[in-house]
Amino acid sequence: MISIQNVYKWYGDFQVLSNCSTEVSKGEVVVVCGPSGSGKSTLIKCVNALEPFQRGDIVVDGISLADPKTNLPKLRSRVGMVFQHFELFPHLSITENLTIAQIKVLGRGKDEATEKGLALLERVGLKAHAHKYPGQLSGGQQQRVAIARALAMDPVVMLFDEPTSALDPEMVNEVLDVMVQLAQEGMTMMCVTHEMGFARKVADRVIFMDQGQIVEDCAKEAFFGDLSARSERARQFLAKILQH
Amino acid sequence: MNYNWDWGVFFRSTGIGEETYLDWFVAGLGWTIAVALAGWIIALLLGTLLGILRTVPNRWLAGIATCYVEIFRNVPLLVQLFLWYFLVPDLLPEPLELWFKQDLSPATSAYLSVVVCLGLFTAARVCEQVRTGIQALPRGQLAAGHALGFRLPQIYKDILLPQAFRIIIPPLTSEFLNIFKNSSVASLIGLMELLAQTKQAAEFTANLFEAFTLATLIYFTLNMGLMLLMRLVEKKVAVPGLIAVGGK
Amino acid sequence: MDFSAILPALPGLWEGMLTTLQLMLLGVLGGVLLGTLLAVMRLSHNRLLANLAATYVNYFRSIPLLLVITWFYFAVPFLLRAITGEDTPVGAFTSCVVAFLMFEAAYFCEIVRAGIQSIPKGQMGAAQALGMTHGQCMRLIILPQAFRKMTPLLLQQSIILFQDTSLVYAVGLMDFLNAARSRGDIIGQPHEFLIFAGLVYFTVSFAASLLVKRLQKRLAV
Repeated sequence: MISIQNVYKWYGDFQVLSNCSTEVSKGEVVVVCGPSGSGKSTLIKCVNALEPFQRGDIVVDGISLADPKTNLPKLRSRVGMVFQHFELFPHLSITENLTIAQIKVLGRGKDEATEKGLALLERVGLKAHAHKYPGQLSGGQQQRVAIARALAMDPVVMLFDEPTSALDPEMVNEVLDVMVQLAQEGMTMMCVTHEMGFARKVADRVIFMDQGQIVEDCAKEAFFGDLSARSERARQFLAKILQH
Repeated sequence: MNYNWDWGVFFRSTGIGEETYLDWFVAGLGWTIAVALAGWIIALLLGTLLGILRTVPNRWLAGIATCYVEIFRNVPLLVQLFLWYFLVPDLLPEPLELWFKQDLSPATSAYLSVVVCLGLFTAARVCEQVRTGIQALPRGQLAAGHALGFRLPQIYKDILLPQAFRIIIPPLTSEFLNIFKNSSVASLIGLMELLAQTKQAAEFTANLFEAFTLATLIYFTLNMGLMLLMRLVEKKVAVPGLIAVGGK
Repeated sequence: MDFSAILPALPGLWEGMLTTLQLMLLGVLGGVLLGTLLAVMRLSHNRLLANLAATYVNYFRSIPLLLVITWFYFAVPFLLRAITGEDTPVGAFTSCVVAFLMFEAAYFCEIVRAGIQSIPKGQMGAAQALGMTHGQCMRLIILPQAFRKMTPLLLQQSIILFQDTSLVYAVGLMDFLNAARSRGDIIGQPHEFLIFAGLVYFTVSFAASLLVKRLQKRLAV
C-alpha cells in the first residue's frame, strides 16, 4: 500500500531524512516512534507529499510521488491524515468540517456528504455535537472529529502524526479507543506516536527512528519481546518511555 | 470680537432658487460617500488579491505584490491624486484622452480620478492587513487543507480567507474609515465633496465657525455610524467558541 | 518627457523641502509632547482628565487632516485677534504647524498609551515601593522604558506625517510639492516636476522605512 524507497530529505544543509525505506501493506498497522527531532513526523508528512523530499521515491497505492505528473490533491484525498493539533477548521461547524472536503474535493452531494459525516460522527461518539463549532469542544473531542473528517473521504490508508501528544492526559484514551477500533476493523494505518500501549495492542510492526534514519523496523513481538536484540539507541529510548 | 454667531445660517437661502446652505452640505456628503464606497470596492478586491499574492509560495508573485505595496505606501496621497488627475489622462490613447478631457463633465473626471487613486492607495493598506491575517493562522490549517485533497485556490477561498477576514475586521474597519477621511483630497481637484462645500459655505456666509463645526459633526457622526456598522458585522460573523486573534 | 529643466530648479525645490522638513519636525515634536500628555491623562485615575483626553483623541481621529488644516488656516488668525484684541498676522506656516501638532497628537497619544500599557504593572509597583510619587514613577521609570519600545512606531508615524505635509497645498504654503508644482507650471513642464516630486517622496519615505525596520529588528533582540 505504501512503499518508501531510499528517501532523503534536506532542509538547506541539514539532513532530516537519510536513506529511509520501508513498506506498509494493506491492512497493516505500523507504529513509528523515536526521540523528538528524529524525523518521524517529517517522514509521515512525506507520505502524502505535505513535505517534499529530494531523493528516493514513495509509492502510495501504486502512485509514485516522485513522478511530477502525479495529481497530488487527488492522491491526498485518498490518504487520510490526522494532525497533532487537530487542525479542524474553526470557522466551520462540526458538520461542515466533516462535509466540506467531501463536497468540494470528491464532488459528493450535500445530503450524501452530511449523511456520511453524521454516521462517522456517531461512530466516534459525538453525534450530539454536530451543530457546534470546534472551539466549543475539548481537545479529545476535536481529535475524534478530525479522525471522522479524514474517514469521511473513504481513505485507503490513514496517517496519524502524534495524534495524542497535544492532549491533556485524561483525553488520550478516548482518542486511542477510536484508533484501536479502526485498527481492528482492518484499516491500513501508519501512526507516529509515543503511546507504546497502543503499539503493543494493535500494531503489526514498529519502526524506530533516530537522527533521520530508520534504526529498527521489525514485528511488534520482536520489538517489545527481545530487548537484547535491539540497538543501543532503541533500548535507551524504550527505557525512558517505559519507566513510568 | 466682532463675530456674528448665527446657527440659523444653514437654513438661509443661497440665493439660487429654494436651495439652502444645508443643501450644499447634503450634496457634499453624497459625493464623499460615493467616492469612498467606490474606492473601497476597488481597495477591497485588489487588496485581497495582493494580500493573497504576498503569501503564496511563488517568489515572483509575492515580489510583485511587495513592490506594489512599497510604491503606493511611500508616495503621498496628494501626489498620487495629481498623477492620476493631471498626468495619466495625457498618457491615455487619444480617443480615451479626448473622452476624459472633453466628453466628461469636470465633476465626473475628477470623480473617476479620485476613486481610482483612493482605491489603489487603500489597496496597498488592505493588502498588508490581509497578509497579516493569513500569516496569523496556524500553518497546520494549510497542511490540513492539502491533506484533504483541496487545491491551493480552494484552500484560500474556503479555509484561509474566511478565518483571516474575521481576524482583521478591526484594522480593516479603520482603513474603511480612513478612505472616507482621505476622500477629502478630492476637494483639491475641484470635486464638490463635503470639505469643498464646507469651505465654499464658510466663504459665502462668513460664518466659518458654524460651517466647520457642522462639517466636523458630519464626519464625526459618519465615523461613529460606520464603526457601529462594522461592530455589527463583526458580531454577525463571529464564530462560537473562537476568540479572534486580534480581539480585545 | 524632458527632465533637464529640473536641475536649475533644484535650489528652489530645496527651499520647499526645507519647509516640508520644518513642518514635519515641528509637528512630530509638538505632537509627541502633547500626545504624551494626553496619554498620561488617558491613563490617569482622574475620570475627568481621562474622559477629556479620550474625547480629544476620538474627535481628531474621526475627521480628515485636510479639514483641520483648512479650518485652522481660517480660525487661527481669528482666535488670535479675539485673544490679543488686535490683528496679529500669522502666516499659513504657523496655522499648519498648529494643525499638524494638534492632529498628530491624537495619533501619537494612542502609540504612547499602548507603549505605557506594554510595561509590566510590577514596574510601577516596584517604583512606588521605593517611595516614588506617581509622577516620578511615570517620568523616571515607565516613560523611558515605554519610549524605547515605541520608537519604531513613532518613527513610522513621522514618515506618514512627512507625506501628509503635502496637504498644505490646500492653503497655498510653498512646501516641496507646491514648489515643484508651481515651478513645473511656470516652465510648462508640470508632468516632469510632478514625477520628480513623487520620486523624491518615495525615495525619502522608502529609505526611512527601511531604516525603521532595521531599528525595529535591533530593538527586538
